[in-house]
Amino acid sequence: MATGETIFREYRPSDAERSDRSAGDRLRHRQKVRESIRENIADIIAEESIIGKDKDRVIKVPLRGIKEYRFVYGDNSGGAAQGDGNSQPGQVVGKTGKEGPGKGDDMAGDRPGVDYYETDVTLEELIEIMFEDLELPNLERRALREIQSDYSSKRKGYRHVGIRVRLDKRRTAKQRVMRMLAAQRRANGKIEEALPDDEEPEEFEEDAADVSEITALQPPDQTAVRQKRFPFHQDDLRYKHIEIDTREESNAAVICIMDTSGSMDTMKKYLARSFFFLLYQFISTRYRNVEIVFIAHHTEANEVTEEEFFHKGESGGTFISSGYLKALEIIRERYHPSLWNVYAFHCSDGDNFDSDNPTALKAGEELAEICNLFGYGEIKPLGSRYYESSMLNVFRRIQAPNFHTVLIERKEDIWPSFKAFLAKDRVQE
Amino acid sequence: MSGIGLDLSRKSSAYSMDDLVEWDRRIREKVDEFGLDCFPQEFEICDHSQMLGYMAYSGMPSHYPHWSYGKSYEKLKTLYDHGVSGLPYEMVINSNPAIAYLMRDNTLLLNILTMAHVYGHNDFGKNNFTFKSTRAELTVETFKTHAMRVRRYVEDPSIGVEKVDRILDSAHSLSWQCRRNLAIRKLSPEEQIDRALEGAEPRPDPFQKIHARPERVEPDLHHVPIQPDEDVLLFIRDHNPYLAEWEKDLLTIVDEEAKFFIPMMETKIMNEGWASYWHKQILESLNLDQGLHIEFIIRHNQVVRPISGQLNPYHLGLRVWEDIYRRWTEPTADEIKRDGVPTKSGREKLFEVREVERDSSFLRRYLTEEMIREMDIFQYEARGEDYVVSKVADDEGWRAIKDTLIKNIGTNSIPVIKVEDADFGQSRTLYLKHYHDGRDLHLEYGEKTMAYLQRLWGREVVMETTLEGKRSLLCCNDRGFSVRALK
Repeated sequence: MATGETIFREYRPSDAERSDRSAGDRLRHRQKVRESIRENIADIIAEESIIGKDKDRVIKVPLRGIKEYRFVYGDNSGGAAQGDGNSQPGQVVGKTGKEGPGKGDDMAGDRPGVDYYETDVTLEELIEIMFEDLELPNLERRALREIQSDYSSKRKGYRHVGIRVRLDKRRTAKQRVMRMLAAQRRANGKIEEALPDDEEPEEFEEDAADVSEITALQPPDQTAVRQKRFPFHQDDLRYKHIEIDTREESNAAVICIMDTSGSMDTMKKYLARSFFFLLYQFISTRYRNVEIVFIAHHTEANEVTEEEFFHKGESGGTFISSGYLKALEIIRERYHPSLWNVYAFHCSDGDNFDSDNPTALKAGEELAEICNLFGYGEIKPLGSRYYESSMLNVFRRIQAPNFHTVLIERKEDIWPSFKAFLAKDRVQE
Repeated sequence: MSGIGLDLSRKSSAYSMDDLVEWDRRIREKVDEFGLDCFPQEFEICDHSQMLGYMAYSGMPSHYPHWSYGKSYEKLKTLYDHGVSGLPYEMVINSNPAIAYLMRDNTLLLNILTMAHVYGHNDFGKNNFTFKSTRAELTVETFKTHAMRVRRYVEDPSIGVEKVDRILDSAHSLSWQCRRNLAIRKLSPEEQIDRALEGAEPRPDPFQKIHARPERVEPDLHHVPIQPDEDVLLFIRDHNPYLAEWEKDLLTIVDEEAKFFIPMMETKIMNEGWASYWHKQILESLNLDQGLHIEFIIRHNQVVRPISGQLNPYHLGLRVWEDIYRRWTEPTADEIKRDGVPTKSGREKLFEVREVERDSSFLRRYLTEEMIREMDIFQYEARGEDYVVSKVADDEGWRAIKDTLIKNIGTNSIPVIKVEDADFGQSRTLYLKHYHDGRDLHLEYGEKTMAYLQRLWGREVVMETTLEGKRSLLCCNDRGFSVRALK
């Protein structure tokens, strides 16, 4: 063969530029994934698996936006593949829609199906993406009791003065070196001016003495060591500056009220819980000092823990008023409206005992009065709407501008109605 | 570019660079002895993360940026990290000089095997006719200039990455819609006009007196394109007046790159078979000591083993090459009776075939009925939810199986789509035609790809195809995508 020597290029581990050239493209890809997740968030929420799960849980999220499409043959195209020696007609060798047989490792055959169409995200990430462009309704500030939250202490720059423990040794040393170099240059410059030809060490010492006069901390008479010593000067000292990031946050209490009566079947409960789950996740991601109260009610209401609220089933009849009265009681005890912004949300299927309606209406009005925002979500899975009574008609009578109702009929409604809830800001003011 | 699958032990290496150089010298002696004709070779030693990096960019030392390469990196890495798939032992770029990457963590034997294998690819890339269209000495430089150009557009404040991606996304989806047989020259517009005029002339008729005079059909020389054009990207580049220069340049870049990879798609089976054939010959003649030899046998068999339910190109290719050698060296009595006594030596025949064939012609000519039977190649088709074996290698089935096989390799697995009319209905609608061969298009993919096509063309795009036996027209315009039935 008419060739020169074979060239071997040795392994270069430090060749970071080359080996990591995909970094930019990977970043772009991840951005695309994120976008795609955000676009499909309503579908993902409709998936049962995310509700009430642990935050670190990894969820598989289908990705639609980032498939690479080409003209390819569809399922009606067969193929040829190798068998194990006794293939029989009629034998099943694979599933359509998945990778068919015959598609070898990298046979250029472009069949659809096996694209990289799922990705793993943790629930926390997902929630973050979901709420990226949502804001809680402006929390009205109630001046009297604002919680000062010391969020974090952050380093912010350097100062010339400070307390000893914050001395930044590295920077201080650097300053000294800089000053030393500057001083030397100045000293040398002087020598060159004075003695262009040759320089006597003693002359240098003299110049050095000039320089050292600047360093005020140094005693003036130790000329012998002066050349070697170049002590720290007050000006060299650098201190880390720490700023405490305090945010004044409005005091907010969110009261979640859920109907857990017998008429709330699995589907309804699921829808309600999904809704509260979103609400709860949203609030706890955004605000640190928001207090959340969970109330579960049937004919009587109880304050429950988060765990119970999302996972426990109950039964019995429905007195919506019981939930509201409980909420009012809690508000009275702990969250006085002059000090707190109170948000209350209630989810129910609206199947209330008729006799309770007037009481519920009254309590609802009362709630609307003291809350910044009071929302009622009626869960009516499709079909059940026509034969079950509805509270929507009853609550229509509440005139307060800060009372809102939504109707949730199916899984897909959760996200839009959730957004609608939050979008409705407090109108008064 | 090509790679051998399967992974293995990630044992630390107990050999030095000098060992590799020495083995390379010995391999090259054999390469010369066997008469392989190679470009100069360069080996680069890399670790697994660098290898992943190269794989994501098809092995190219420099390549333009696009998120899809980030995606393929992530995918490769995920598969690798979870042990689903291993890394290839090697990657080769068909350039002059040829570049190949060797994994540092592979065992000595694996790297020896890889080097021998690489020389096979090197020889193939230098001599096979399909590769003549790629200018090997410019390959690396070309990719580098492409990368620089694309980066410049990305950095241009008036363009930026979003706009560049818009064009690249669309162009990538259409990149394989180009001419497949690059050895056939594309006619220039003038030549196409000449052809059209020639074709319009009536055939000389010896019985003019008794035949009615055929009517001369005037060819429409204003029709664009005069002949259906398969280079979709280039056609759009040349006929969409609203594209900016940088957009046209991006289309050119994507097209050039696709055409660089087409020969590899076209010769995958031959190429891998050829390299496997020669690494086997070379390693067997190297007098390996026992330990290395056993490892060689194991590795070799891992690479060229048949995989049930798939078609391993290494296996298929190697089998056919070995069969060709056998038939031209020691044919059976039956074969002599059928084909006559071979006029060439086995090796001459091998070298001839490696130069003048590509996968489809290679299999068409040299994959015999006996081999299909022996290898138990079957044909499958979709039936409901399942893929079901429809034909097995028996007297009736083997021909159909062979046809199906050939229909599904290389560029044959990409639908043939040509631009028929750039001004359909006098409204600058782009009319394309899918040359249906029994296989329907995947409609969801078709819809999305049509949208890309429309994005590049800037006007309505329609495509004639056949869906479930009915001629249909896929339309994509501002109002969205629709499928209409044609008479």
